Amino acid sequence: MRRRLRKPALALPLVAFVLVSFIAPILLMLARGVHQPVVRDALPETLAILDAWDGLGVPEEAAFAAAAEELRAADEARLAARIGGRVNRVRSGLRTVIVAGARTGADGAGAGSARERLLAADPAWGDPATWRALRTAGERFTLRNYLNALDLDRGADGAVVRQPEERRVYVPLLLRTLGVSAAVTVLCLLLGYPVAHVIARAPARRARWLLLAVLVPFWTSLLVRTTAWIVLLQQRGVINDLLVWLGLVDDAARLTLVYNMTGTLIAMTHVLLPFMVLPIYSVMQGIPPRFMRAAESLGATPAQAFRRVYWPLTLPGVGAGALLVFILAIGYYITPALVGGSGGQLFSNMIAFHMETSLNWGLAAALGGILLAVVGALYVLYERTVGGENLRLG
Amino acid sequence: MEGRVARAGRALWLAGTGLIFVFLIAPVLVIVPLSFNAEPYFTFTEGMLRLDPEAWSLRWYEQVAFSGEWRGALVNSVVIGLGAALLATALGTLAAIGLTSPGMPARRVVTGLLISPMVIPIVIAAAGMFFFYSDLGLDRTHFGLILAHAALGSPFVVIAVTATLSGYDRNLTRAAESLGAGPLTVFRRIQLPLIAPGVLSGALFAFAVSFDEVVVVLFMGGLDQRTIPRQMWAGIREEISPAILAVATFLIALAVALLIVVERLRKRAR
Repeated sequence: MRRRLRKPALALPLVAFVLVSFIAPILLMLARGVHQPVVRDALPETLAILDAWDGLGVPEEAAFAAAAEELRAADEARLAARIGGRVNRVRSGLRTVIVAGARTGADGAGAGSARERLLAADPAWGDPATWRALRTAGERFTLRNYLNALDLDRGADGAVVRQPEERRVYVPLLLRTLGVSAAVTVLCLLLGYPVAHVIARAPARRARWLLLAVLVPFWTSLLVRTTAWIVLLQQRGVINDLLVWLGLVDDAARLTLVYNMTGTLIAMTHVLLPFMVLPIYSVMQGIPPRFMRAAESLGATPAQAFRRVYWPLTLPGVGAGALLVFILAIGYYITPALVGGSGGQLFSNMIAFHMETSLNWGLAAALGGILLAVVGALYVLYERTVGGENLRLG
Repeated sequence: MEGRVARAGRALWLAGTGLIFVFLIAPVLVIVPLSFNAEPYFTFTEGMLRLDPEAWSLRWYEQVAFSGEWRGALVNSVVIGLGAALLATALGTLAAIGLTSPGMPARRVVTGLLISPMVIPIVIAAAGMFFFYSDLGLDRTHFGLILAHAALGSPFVVIAVTATLSGYDRNLTRAAESLGAGPLTVFRRIQLPLIAPGVLSGALFAFAVSFDEVVVVLFMGGLDQRTIPRQMWAGIREEISPAILAVATFLIALAVALLIVVERLRKRAR
């Protein structure tokens, strides 16, 4: 009895390890999208006063005094630029205002009231919009990053409105990513189905060799395959050379095949093709050829036999492969980053941009949350229809 | 008449599928001869096409072999890959035995959780790990990368071992137990030898995942953790030199070796 109870427990160490080393980091990162304590922790008194403020006129003297004092302390703790950055994300142009305010505070005891000193540092301190932005940036829990990631904004009255058209970036990018993923999935299906069929129908010995053509790229480093496409597709690369030599393309008008969306599409299709071929192949292997012969002996044309008998039987493999390719394509990062140029970047690349370059980690987290929701929904669909444990490794 | 149409159709079909096979394998194979180019170009020079021995050379291989950076990267990749594969294999094998045992509760949810590192976009995982491991002081350490890569590789071990376990006859366990073997003895003497091919191919998969991983290394690793993929990434982005093709050829050879071993193991498992 004891023994039987213990066996399932063997899964626990890995469950615990994955939860701690993988799931927890992701959840904590997602929390950054809604939890932003930096400004609130640095300017508690100022924000307490602003919380009670009606947001219309210029706030009372106490707000200026608290802001001057707390910004000075923040400057000493080397936090002023960071706070400025946070406020700047709410209303651009305020970074210098905040930093200037922090510096005057530090110069200190000099002339006039806190209000006069701040106004002397930057007249924007007399603008209620500055204080409203400071109050918004000071929200400990905020949906701002998610609104931003969905190209939404809060109007002056707090209602959610869409960003002006020229500032909508992330929703179009998400749609483009879904579109590219769908295109890659369709291309993989069109190319992968015949390949799987040929291998499944070949005699065992030849099938093993043909399968190598799928498995070698599958096992080859992703970076190697991406490098291969850069080398092949360059303007002075093998494919352009071949086209010029064949006289199909003029030497002066070599095709731009890489560092754009074309490059992303070609390389991603190549990289993901094995994930389509392998599940379809494994289903096709289980379809006895006599089914087709039976259909044809009953008077079906080859086309009819394919459409009414063979294709429906392969659908489980097609579904599994297509869903897997689509899921993997949506999150793709490396290939677009290397061959996509500026026009071939996808959603993951935007997350990396905000992680590494703009350092807007709250927004990166919100974008990550949205991507994760899309992938998660598709994964649940995959799990329900294919079953996670049926994932094959070639 | 109809015969001719059918024959033409068949020829077209063969040509079409043949082209797809070329599309699959040619990009990988083209790299190999180009890495022997004597010139710093990424295409076949006329000399190479004439098979002029002067146009072929090993200079890029020499450059890589004598470069301290690449050798350091190889050491880092091997250390991190072995550590991650070891950890992922130990935990993954146990988990696969647990998952396939009859009394496993919430099997689907647990499987979904354990497979998730394969499916969750790598940028999201890498961003999360960057913050988490930095807070723990494990960023810019080999140990942190071993933990991160072990998590990414563990689903492959679970899948590979589960596949061999599905062919395992539970009566063997019962027979051994009835002869007085304890659970550890049963595992070590009966179960492990039988599922060994699955365990080994899982380990190779986990090693390959780590050996090819670049995004987590980019986010979390420091200068001392530059791995081969990290080095290639820099090479592709900054100054793409044929030295990269020499490294790529080495990686292709490694992939083919791993593939052959895993296929042998798969056959043995049946």
